[in-house]
Amino acid sequence: MQTLKEIVDFCKFQSFDLNFTRAKAWKEEKEGRVLVGYMPIYFPREIIHAAGGMAVGVFGGGDIKQIIKGDAYYQSYICHIPRSIMELALDKHMDHFDGFIFPSICDVIRNLSGIFKQKKIGKFVKYMDFPQNFLPQIGGVFYQQEMQHVLKYIKEINGVEVTTEALNHSIDLYNKNRQMIDFIYKIRQDFPWRLSIIDVYHIIRAGTVITVEEHNEILEQVCEHIKNDIGVRQDKIKIVISGAFCEQPAMGLIKAIEDAGCYVVDDDYMLGSRMILGDVDATSTNPLEAISNAYIKQSQYSSSIYDIDNPKEYRLAKIVKDRGANGVIFASASFCDPSLLDAPIFQNAFNKMGIRYIAFQYSENINQYKVIKEQVGAFADSIKLWDDEPVLAL
Amino acid sequence: MAQEAQKERSMILQKEMIDGLFNDLAKAKETGKKVCYTFIPGNLSELIRTFDMLPVYPEINALQSAMRKKSAAYIKEAEKNAHSEDVCTYVKCDVGMMMKGNIGPTGLKIPEPDILLLSYTGCFTFLKWFETLKREYPNAKVIMVHTPYQENAQMTPEMTQYMVKQFKEEVIPQMEAVTGIKYDEEKLKRHLVLAKEAQDLITKIFDTTKHRPSPIDAYFAGVYYIGPINIGFRGTQEAVDYYKELYSEIQERIRLGLGPITPEGEMKEEKYRLVVEGPPNWTSFREFWKIFYDMGAVIVASSYTKVGGVYDMGWRHDSTRPLESLAEYCMNCYTNLSIPQRIDLISKCITEYSADGYVTNSIKSCNSFSAGQLGMMREIEDRLEVPVGFIESDLVDPRYFSYSNIKNRLESYFQMLEQRRIIKETEVV
Repeated sequence: MQTLKEIVDFCKFQSFDLNFTRAKAWKEEKEGRVLVGYMPIYFPREIIHAAGGMAVGVFGGGDIKQIIKGDAYYQSYICHIPRSIMELALDKHMDHFDGFIFPSICDVIRNLSGIFKQKKIGKFVKYMDFPQNFLPQIGGVFYQQEMQHVLKYIKEINGVEVTTEALNHSIDLYNKNRQMIDFIYKIRQDFPWRLSIIDVYHIIRAGTVITVEEHNEILEQVCEHIKNDIGVRQDKIKIVISGAFCEQPAMGLIKAIEDAGCYVVDDDYMLGSRMILGDVDATSTNPLEAISNAYIKQSQYSSSIYDIDNPKEYRLAKIVKDRGANGVIFASASFCDPSLLDAPIFQNAFNKMGIRYIAFQYSENINQYKVIKEQVGAFADSIKLWDDEPVLAL
Repeated sequence: MAQEAQKERSMILQKEMIDGLFNDLAKAKETGKKVCYTFIPGNLSELIRTFDMLPVYPEINALQSAMRKKSAAYIKEAEKNAHSEDVCTYVKCDVGMMMKGNIGPTGLKIPEPDILLLSYTGCFTFLKWFETLKREYPNAKVIMVHTPYQENAQMTPEMTQYMVKQFKEEVIPQMEAVTGIKYDEEKLKRHLVLAKEAQDLITKIFDTTKHRPSPIDAYFAGVYYIGPINIGFRGTQEAVDYYKELYSEIQERIRLGLGPITPEGEMKEEKYRLVVEGPPNWTSFREFWKIFYDMGAVIVASSYTKVGGVYDMGWRHDSTRPLESLAEYCMNCYTNLSIPQRIDLISKCITEYSADGYVTNSIKSCNSFSAGQLGMMREIEDRLEVPVGFIESDLVDPRYFSYSNIKNRLESYFQMLEQRRIIKETEVV
């Protein structure tokens, strides 16, 4: 077994290898393998796996990639991630990818799919229209058709006809993957000092750019390590991060929040890897239906999913309660419509519920954290000092 | 002193229609009519009419508030309540208006919704907007209609069926439950016949810009022309009558060789013919328009006038396939088109209407339009070798309308067009 440090170092490198070399090497090992890039938030990676491919997370260039060409495609008042994805594409970081999936999360990502199509980047570009109707016989059927389109594109490239057995096998692997990630979060809920949030982040993000088999091996080892009483407990409050599900904060910012006095006991940084709550049925005779049902009935709340029948503010409040968190930090990427438009809904509800929160905005390439760190520090101190005081509804 | 705008009969007709609607809304409680809030893209006017409901369009309220200089206060009110500076200003204007008592643009109170018909068509913000309103109007029924995006520049049978199933199993039963009125398909078909008639007419109207001089401005005046067809009158005889009148007025202008009517009277000389992409700024609408007509620029086509439906490629409502037709209508609205489709459509307009240039008015708070516009510009410039111009403003937030910046940019752009014209003329000689 590798040491935890060795594992974390490996994952850290993989997470920010913007040339996706491990995925490329995997593809070159065997003929017929395909690489499919997917944008945030969620995509059912199981189906790519079953078709002999690998779904590779494309989460932008962070604070590593300098943006020059991408800025020519996006106005200053549009979030940062589309310009950094364009930069990666135009600088040929993803030339070995066969296709690209753009999940339906907002107008910017949707229109980015059109720019990819227009510029003929990849052998296929698929805008994945996730259903906003949650009846299995309506939205569920439509979602299955969307997945079939993806499989058709892959079959055109590698000729693989996906079987029920292959799909169930893939579902099983990803179920295990999510189970182990859940386990890590459960440990962190009670013992957050055993593994820092930045390490958790790297470990989970690495799973989006390597095979699920390899990632499962890594997770198994991480789970073993953190069962032990490691690390040193510090005097920090527990908080939940919400709103950072697409454009990812810079690593320095993720670290700064914890350094400023907050143990992050839950977050939506890599929401896609944790979107399905619980297992997908891996024994179905219609696995696409099983994946679809899981999405419809077992999804985590998300700013991109119509929520009228299951309001998100109560779901986040439940996470706060279940995790024993002291408050919430709403971290939104600048100009992120889904996250920012949800802010009043959450904040008005939390004012009434007496859940403490702060909010700030960031950009993936932000490299000055002082102001945010001070804000987070003051939030942590206020909770430590006055946690017993009732929060007044505004 | 501001000059009084000239009014033609069609303008008076339109004003009467809109005033009538707002009066009916104000009396909705007394008359027992149910009120349905919905959006312009993917507006199911004919279905709403079939259930005798009165429509409310929050975008229209927002833009009307902006034109009456009320939007700044409403936006401020919303921002005091956790709404970000960086999101759709239509939403904030609407929320602010609601917080201030929901007094509509005509000064009459707009009733609370019985139904929030969430036609999720081409704009992700719609979803968030009605999620927000649902928290404010807990008794309203939210009815979601998910319109699939035309990602591959086509409306497939699967997409249509997905929508038809939503209509049959979700939308119609819920409308029946709220209104207590049974779905009458024959009534819907009658509305669809009238809708087609209005669509035929508006297509002919926007096609008149092929004439030189163009008898209309297809953007600044165009936004008025699309009023009736977009705000609940499509599918009525009133809309057909309005468009007949408008078409006949335009025919007369063509016969007399007249240019478009502007707020300061007739445009005397048509120097430049432009196609514009993106919505207009509403807070300084007249000043914005004036920059163009002062320079002799007429807009011969615009993407914004297609936001409530694209009819110039031949698509029409079809009463023989009522629900399928409603589905196709939704999928075919401009912002539900993929970027390559938008590029093709705009290119077609530039070519067919003999435009000298293409201008993008990029709206700060509207990603549905704005995200991708720079890529579209590059492609259109490469494809047609047409001079492109770029300005930035906002929908209803006056903080983001910088008159001098916009004027400077447009003046430079017009100088470029002039220069190009001189070069072309020299080449011909």
